[in-house]
Amino acid sequence: MSGEQAVQAVKKNEIRPHITGRAIEKIMQGVFMLCAGVSIAAVVTICIFMFAKGCPAIAEIGVKNFLLGDDWSPRNVPASFGIFPMIVGSLYCTAGAIAIGVPVGLMTAVYMAEFCPKKLFRFLMPPINLLAGIPSIVYGFFGMTVVIPFVRNTFGGTGNSVLTVSIILGIMILPTIVGMSVSALQAVPESFYEGALALGATHERAVASVIFPAARSGILASVILAIGRAIGETMAVIMIAGNSAIIPESLLDSVRTLTGNIVIEMSYADGLHYDALIGTGVVLFVFILLLNLCFSVITAKKGEN
Amino acid sequence: MSEKIKTYKTHPFSLVYNIITKISVTFTIGIFMLIVGYIIIKGVPNLKLSLFEKEYNTDNVSMMPAIFNTLEMLAIALAIAAPLGIFCAIYLVEYAKKGNRFVKLIRLTTETLSGIPSIVYGLFGNMFFVIALKWKLSMLSGGCTLAIMVLPLIIRSTEEALRSVDDSFREGSYGLGAGKLRTIFKVVIPPSISGIFSGIILAMGRIFGETAALIYTAGTIAKYAGPGDSGRTLAVHMYALSDNGLYMNEASAAAVILLIAVLLLNGLASLIAGRISEQ
Repeated sequence: MSGEQAVQAVKKNEIRPHITGRAIEKIMQGVFMLCAGVSIAAVVTICIFMFAKGCPAIAEIGVKNFLLGDDWSPRNVPASFGIFPMIVGSLYCTAGAIAIGVPVGLMTAVYMAEFCPKKLFRFLMPPINLLAGIPSIVYGFFGMTVVIPFVRNTFGGTGNSVLTVSIILGIMILPTIVGMSVSALQAVPESFYEGALALGATHERAVASVIFPAARSGILASVILAIGRAIGETMAVIMIAGNSAIIPESLLDSVRTLTGNIVIEMSYADGLHYDALIGTGVVLFVFILLLNLCFSVITAKKGEN
Repeated sequence: MSEKIKTYKTHPFSLVYNIITKISVTFTIGIFMLIVGYIIIKGVPNLKLSLFEKEYNTDNVSMMPAIFNTLEMLAIALAIAAPLGIFCAIYLVEYAKKGNRFVKLIRLTTETLSGIPSIVYGLFGNMFFVIALKWKLSMLSGGCTLAIMVLPLIIRSTEEALRSVDDSFREGSYGLGAGKLRTIFKVVIPPSISGIFSGIILAMGRIFGETAALIYTAGTIAKYAGPGDSGRTLAVHMYALSDNGLYMNEASAAAVILLIAVLLLNGLASLIAGRISEQ
């Protein structure tokens, strides 16, 4: 019996090793399995609590009134709970972040994967990765003290605006896009590149028209992950968004996102108002679950190829 | 070099493409330097000794209680998440058979957990730990919420570390008559310990900087908190200071501490991880 077969046999419990603590082995296996189940239990509990509390509230308000109503005045009598401005706000800010972060991130990734000398790579990659480690509250502070005055002085308005949020979110999603796209680009077989060169393409053309398209599923996955980051970001956003619950009409208008709606009002919400905030969370949660689904479909396809 | 210029003359697209990528990478690195530089330049002059005095009050918004609470939060969250995550990874690598449905479910759920935004964790923690379990706003509620949040991080890095141990190690151990448990703890874990640590350090960085998940689970009280009391961590402290706009200088001082701690932790984690991949 070879070593590998022996390992397989032990794994299948065909060979029982000579040990005294066979009971302990069994117990510990159970413990490991139990711990492995915790993430399943966590997801199930999170789903149950979110939906069990949020859905009745949405039903009570009325699905249409809740999702498409554009009046959010929870303290009025009678109160009105329409989160359409926040849904639109989240989508605007995310779109803005993508418009800023994706081109910059992808071009950075192309440089890092295809143009960067190896020695330089070791110095340039760590700062990009560290961008992901900066806490969102610090991004918010930076936005508040640097980006808001900048937007106010250059474009006018108060500075608390869709544009400001888009800039900060665009920066925040850079490390996600660069990190994943670099590995996707590096995974493209060398023969693709050589083939393009043999056909007379320059280095840049080979990268742009052969390597980049070949890495598209990994790149798309990075963008989806980035959308999830942007739509779920909370602290940085509420510090710079202005947070008025109306649909912004221009890039320089104040905006409130789904995440912001929850944090700003949780501290004094009760009754249906509290439940409506959970409902807001449910809408956000469903967005994220859908994005996750897209992500796993794309990465699963990539595995098949 | 001159040959390159010649090619660029006949292929203007290539030149433009090349320049755009260089501008982008300069922008990305530049924005990192700008943020770090700005926070340090703005914050360091505000780092007064009085901010490290023992008591917090409205005259002197000392960050000592917040720092203490942050360390306590780290301890609570990691005491829960580290064993759970490591044991889960051990199960995935050492026990589970390939293609097992249970394993697929674990992978799906850990992926889901890592995609959930921190505010949703905050909402869930508020509903579950604070209200349903009646733990009130407390360090324990916050710690448990964060433990779930960092679980996927620890599972993934531990799993990678365990998988990098060559099967011949396990074969040798079984060959010498050791049981599975002994093999795991005496043979598989020692060489992968640094990988496991790098995951835990990453998790520490995440906990250190977290705000949204804590405001409504651990609360915002600026006092030394026991596990059952409500207390603010440094990140929440910084939010509370900058939120009302009265203490922007003190907030910038907190930002420096926060940023440096998080950057050190992340740098340390990637240093350890880098050393492993070199081996």
